[in-house]
Amino acid sequence: MGRLNVNLCGIELDNPIIPASGTFGYGYEFAEFYDINCLGTFSFKGTTKEPRFGNPAPRIAETTGGMLNAVGLQNPGVEKVISEELPKLKQCFHKKVMANVSGFSEEEYVYVSSLLDKEEQVGWIEVNISCPNVHGGGMSFGTDPVQAGKITKAVKAVTTKPVIIKLSPNVTDIVSIAKACEDNGADGISLINTLMGMRIDLKTRRPIIRNVTGGLSGPAVFPVALRMVYQVAHAVKIPVIGMGGITCAEDVVEMMLAGATAVEVGAANLIDPYACKKIIEELPGVLDNLGIENIREITGGIING
Amino acid sequence: MHQGIYQIAENKPLTDTVYQMKLKGENPKKILPGQFVNVKIDSLFLRRPISVCDADDDSITIIYKAVGKGTKELSQMKEGTLDILTDLGNGYDLALSGQNPVLIGGGVGVPPLYKLAKELIKEGKDVTVILGFNTKEEIFYEEEFKALGAKVFVTTVDGSYGIKGFVTEALKDLNYSYFYTCGPMPMLKSIYKNTKTSGQFSLEERMGCGFGACMGCSMKTKSGNKRVCKEGPVFVKEDLLWED
Repeated sequence: MGRLNVNLCGIELDNPIIPASGTFGYGYEFAEFYDINCLGTFSFKGTTKEPRFGNPAPRIAETTGGMLNAVGLQNPGVEKVISEELPKLKQCFHKKVMANVSGFSEEEYVYVSSLLDKEEQVGWIEVNISCPNVHGGGMSFGTDPVQAGKITKAVKAVTTKPVIIKLSPNVTDIVSIAKACEDNGADGISLINTLMGMRIDLKTRRPIIRNVTGGLSGPAVFPVALRMVYQVAHAVKIPVIGMGGITCAEDVVEMMLAGATAVEVGAANLIDPYACKKIIEELPGVLDNLGIENIREITGGIING
Repeated sequence: MHQGIYQIAENKPLTDTVYQMKLKGENPKKILPGQFVNVKIDSLFLRRPISVCDADDDSITIIYKAVGKGTKELSQMKEGTLDILTDLGNGYDLALSGQNPVLIGGGVGVPPLYKLAKELIKEGKDVTVILGFNTKEEIFYEEEFKALGAKVFVTTVDGSYGIKGFVTEALKDLNYSYFYTCGPMPMLKSIYKNTKTSGQFSLEERMGCGFGACMGCSMKTKSGNKRVCKEGPVFVKEDLLWED
């Protein structure tokens, strides 16, 4: 076992670096830049029952230290993901992939999860109950502990693989939602999805994003994400995947000290397609400088007081 | 796609707000006319996509308008290096041009047509170029296109130079085998309505990554959903859903 190895819900990862859903396509797009087998795993594009175009453009806006997006879950639908995207991925990625599932009803989450659970390439089901850019689905399930618990229970009932619930930061009490997921059988928690925000074009006085609001990501959200990972990791016993604004190996160590077992890297991939590869390469040196032998030892290693 | 660190060899104003920047650095792949680069600017998070005006094995020329915070910062850079992603997007398809294509550019939509004109002329085509601007003060690259051997018409909206009116004024009595265009959306839609042949449009959209990962710049076409940055930015007329 290498010094970067971590165990995520019973599956060994070569390292804790996981490109986040929505920033890494279905993986093979990045295989043209580097061998993506260097990753711990990655979480593929949020997948729904039916194909979705998503929101009208513009979907992207610059912010200080980050960006807004309102893509709105564009994806080819679960059947095409299984018949076309996963076979393409198999050509370039030999590890288990994290299947990111989204929906507009409990039935949809159940349907999509049950189909992806049968795929041998899938290692984990990451249930996105936190997309801020769609109406009547996504985040509405992730802002209420009762709803979050219900979705968790329903997905667990039809799956055999570890189920990780991806939480929204756009809530008043994230701990109660994380606990509801744990109580209903979740195998892990990932957080944070994007923070809802907006920008206005001064000349036209219109919102820059056609959807009016979008999800904020990038380095600007890192301290908020870190705080929420810290709170959740100290309240639940299941593994936590930390994400939100991670751009370098030091951020990974910080997120793990707060309680994360592994991390997802999102917006950084869009600025630098090699971001995750570089972070993995930087990690051993950063661990050396900090006197850390094995990265798995630092999860929750924060010292209070 | 290639990520490279390029040396700024030149950064000079062509008009009050339009700048030409020459970058030195190795291009591992031939850069196609109509492709773009995505430039990392220090103070901004997202890269800024800028079309390629010209390129060879070890240089890239871009022309941009200093309008926002990023491009204004770019216009102030006199030396140093830039982190850019190159050979992005599909580029124009030269094979469809016929013998006498017309290239129509509006404002900062003009630059990508330069390399296109250069390569079409090298192939022995009779190239006509229509350059549209608002006023005389905004005109750039008229002489550069002439030096390539293209027949050049300039239009200005206020009539202060060349033909008075929009680019379609110069287009209406012209015979051409095919068209290639880049410019502001109202101009492109007018060309869509006022051309008799097929042609190719280079489009713009706010992008996240510029290399197909984020789905930030998707649009609907007759042949399905496409990413402006990856399957575009150049689209054939027949693929666009622009009928009113």
